[in-house]
Amino acid sequence: MRQDTNMKPESGQQGLSLTALQHSYGELETLAAIDLEVPAGGVVGLVGPSGCGKSTLLELICGLREQTGGRVAVAGHEDAAQRLARCAFMPQRDLLLPWYSALDNAALALRNQGLRREPARAAAADLFERFGLGGFEAARPTELSGGMRQRVAFLRTLVAGKPVLALDEPFAALDAITRGEMQEWLAAALRTDPRTVVLVTHDVEEALYLCDRVAVLSARPGRIVAELGVPARRAEDRDAAVTDPTFVAAREQALRALHRGSRGS
Amino acid sequence: MHAIGAKGTTRWRRVLLPGLLLALLIGAWQVATSTGTIADLFSLEPYLVPSPVEIAESLWENRSLLAENAWVTLREIVFGVLCAIAVGIGFAVAMQRWRTVYDATYPLIVASQTIPIVVIAPILVVWFGYGLAPKIFIIALICFFPITIATLDGLRSVDPDAVKMMRTLDASRWQRFWRVEAPTALPQLFTGIKIAVVIAPIGAIFAEWAGSSSGLGHLIQSDTANFEVARQFATVAVLSVIALALMALTVLAERRVIRWR
Repeated sequence: MRQDTNMKPESGQQGLSLTALQHSYGELETLAAIDLEVPAGGVVGLVGPSGCGKSTLLELICGLREQTGGRVAVAGHEDAAQRLARCAFMPQRDLLLPWYSALDNAALALRNQGLRREPARAAAADLFERFGLGGFEAARPTELSGGMRQRVAFLRTLVAGKPVLALDEPFAALDAITRGEMQEWLAAALRTDPRTVVLVTHDVEEALYLCDRVAVLSARPGRIVAELGVPARRAEDRDAAVTDPTFVAAREQALRALHRGSRGS
Repeated sequence: MHAIGAKGTTRWRRVLLPGLLLALLIGAWQVATSTGTIADLFSLEPYLVPSPVEIAESLWENRSLLAENAWVTLREIVFGVLCAIAVGIGFAVAMQRWRTVYDATYPLIVASQTIPIVVIAPILVVWFGYGLAPKIFIIALICFFPITIATLDGLRSVDPDAVKMMRTLDASRWQRFWRVEAPTALPQLFTGIKIAVVIAPIGAIFAEWAGSSSGLGHLIQSDTANFEVARQFATVAVLSVIALALMALTVLAERRVIRWR
């Protein structure tokens, strides 16, 4: 199953479009009427209380799950298999495979796409250098720090060459300092290699720093209760960005929306 | 896993402690038999309660006879366990892959373990003769169960998020199996094999009792009739060594295959 190489975002129709999207597990309604448009190369954050269906929403976008109502389109494709072919999913835990080296983990998608081991490794090795992982190619996942593991996991997602990246709380398991570093790193990565990104996070500050737009979801069944524009796009200096008065104001606004949403109003 | 002490120290403890305990037990047994305590206690003829020294003598005197029969039994065990591994992996993979296979076979697989070997062994000898076939069948019958169950557990312990991730990374079902599910299940497969190699000698003995012309089980059977108690103990010692050696071999293979732990 080899991927088309021309799936990089280029035109407007490469983005994401969710219309009145609805999902239930049997009787339990998890998502109620989600409307969301993400242009190609756009980075949208989803924040919301635990159990509001954020992860389910990611799975719906990726074509890992079928909706119960409404529509999802990825680059104009509504078929689940077509969505799956255009999205790469990065779970919360890095889930690096311990039987492979860091480089082989990053090259996994290329191997799955039918490339032989050496060319796949060579392609991933280029990114290792570019993203500050040079010298760790042969390391086993257990030998890497939490931050390094997340970098490898993100590269593994990037290497798949999909136009859409679905990131499910990628830095939640990291300590505060590493998390800040990783946010700067991800911002830089997206500057050099732009993709359409849906980022699920608990951390309002992370969402506002990394995304162009932040959608706040209510408690279950999840609805979008607020959509916030972001004051400044992914500044290089995170510390300066997050202490900027407009950023602080946006954070307050997001937190208020989150509180309203979690009370189910 | 071996957090206490340095690696070298733990290795010594693992050899030294069981060795010491064994020496202590044999020593006590030697004292009890040479003073005639056990024979007196149960009003037995002394030759029915051989001492460790007598067993060792029997082991040495009968070394070629024991080696010959041990070879026969070892072959049965190795072939039986290999069959059990193949069948066990096959069942586990099919049961994990197809729900229907799981529902259809699971109760039968459990039921197969309630078949008393002593009942089925003579029937198999009638069907397949005195040769290797019924022995392999019986050993495989008792050994495939722990391998199937352990491997199935291993396959089921795969993280669902890892499967989702692999699907979005364009992995086919086959690639998901070889790159994620199979390596995840390997430690449990080895657990199953370790159980299998230890119970396999018991299966071999039962199988030989049901009908055979050679093997350690056959030897034990004829020695029972002739009150060759010392040689019976010697035979059991040889059987234990076979089980221990197969266990050691499995652990060695496990360490070579699962290098990431």
